[in-house]
Amino acid sequence: MTGAEAETAPETDGGEQPKPHTIRLELADEPGQLLDALRPIAENGGNLLSIFHERGNLTPRGRIPVEVDLECLPERFEAIVDALRSEEVNIIQAGAEHYGETLTVILVGHLVDSDLSDTLRRIEQCSSASLTNVSLSAPEGRDDVSSASLRLATHTGRTEDALAVIREVAAEKDLHVVEPLTEAGQ
Amino acid sequence: MSGKRLAVVGAGAVGGSVVELAREYGHTVTAFADSASAAVDADGIDVDSVLARKGSEGRVGSADPEAALDADYDVLVEATPTTLGDAEPGFSHVRGALERDRHVVLANKGPVAERYADLMALERESAGEVRFEATVGGAIPVLSTVEDLRPGHVTAARGVLNGTANFILSRMAAEGLGYEHVLAEAQDLGVAEADPAFDVEGTDAALKCVILANVLAEGAREYTLADADVEGIQNVPGSALELAAEDGQTIRLIGECTPDTVRVSPRLVPQNAALAVTGTRNIVQLETEHAGQLNISGRGAGGPETASAVLADVGRLD
Repeated sequence: MTGAEAETAPETDGGEQPKPHTIRLELADEPGQLLDALRPIAENGGNLLSIFHERGNLTPRGRIPVEVDLECLPERFEAIVDALRSEEVNIIQAGAEHYGETLTVILVGHLVDSDLSDTLRRIEQCSSASLTNVSLSAPEGRDDVSSASLRLATHTGRTEDALAVIREVAAEKDLHVVEPLTEAGQ
Repeated sequence: MSGKRLAVVGAGAVGGSVVELAREYGHTVTAFADSASAAVDADGIDVDSVLARKGSEGRVGSADPEAALDADYDVLVEATPTTLGDAEPGFSHVRGALERDRHVVLANKGPVAERYADLMALERESAGEVRFEATVGGAIPVLSTVEDLRPGHVTAARGVLNGTANFILSRMAAEGLGYEHVLAEAQDLGVAEADPAFDVEGTDAALKCVILANVLAEGAREYTLADADVEGIQNVPGSALELAAEDGQTIRLIGECTPDTVRVSPRLVPQNAALAVTGTRNIVQLETEHAGQLNISGRGAGGPETASAVLADVGRLD
């Protein structure tokens, strides 16, 4: 790391956990706009989780809406938003309020035969949670049980709702859910 | 408190260890029964010869097992195998002792998990007291800790309460082996029984949670096994543990008591969490109103370990 980078890179203390955030932007439909908007996020310690580039849609000002999900330490979020603004990127909404909590579950069962993509789509649709990562492990091949780890970003205070949807979809498809243990008071 | 005269009913690993260790704690065993026989002596049974006879002939004495219940004693130690539903014959043993105004110390989970209200009603009518530290977490002083904190100050309790299930999950995670393979290994080592259902299906952990929930509810509500939401570890494949590990997590069979629910299920916990104990170790985590979070861990099973909890209870009696 060079001296200049060391100055701009925020400090880490190892104590805080990265949290998911969602930023809604609007971009002019010109080449390079998206890349220009994403660079300040990475440069300020944000980890891009997903980008939803709604090319078919236009905002009232005739621009293209983009939804960016990212993960960063809570104290870095403001720096990211400031950097975007200084690049004159138009931010419609930014905040941890949108997707404030992370939920990880493991699904176990005949995931492929029970149509995993349908399972994931329904979890995302019904729970108003955003899937940020899916890992599948099917060591025995297609016929045997496999496991999938799902990471979801959920709205603050809505994790229990998302879990209820996951339980319901899993029960219908005869899948087992390994839920996280949430320790009250921590 | 001076030495007590103990009648020990049940001659398995726990009952046998209580008999063996009682003298060390200053107590006298006046009666000892297994399912087929009893040894009774008001001056104290000859512990060494009785245990030797149990080892060689499979019975503790030549008297009828009922004779132990009628013997002279201060404390009945009920260490017969846990039974569900009506919790018999353990419940009747306890009733008999309380009706004689004797104290009862339970290692048998049945009466406290399945008939807690009946048991408390009998205790209220008796000059005797009922204690059951050994029924939750083996050697770990869970119930006496809750008693000292006072149940009303404990807002939640959770933990790993079955050593067999924990051994299997932690071996699967450490070695990347499948469930059936590790179960067979656990059976070879004597960690799992030939019929492992009680442990791997979560029933044993659920009984302990139900007992804890009954203590925490202080009579406001009675819990039985039927009130617990129970899922075992049979459906946890090695692939799930691998995925969990990629994320710094692992899977443990966790029992939870909140004010309204009792639940046992495999759960994701961080690998470095206090609850992620390995091997046959158990742990109980208490959330308290004034004392913050307490974690107590140790051996959740075993003859001398569980007997030490029984004898601690005997020591707490007046």
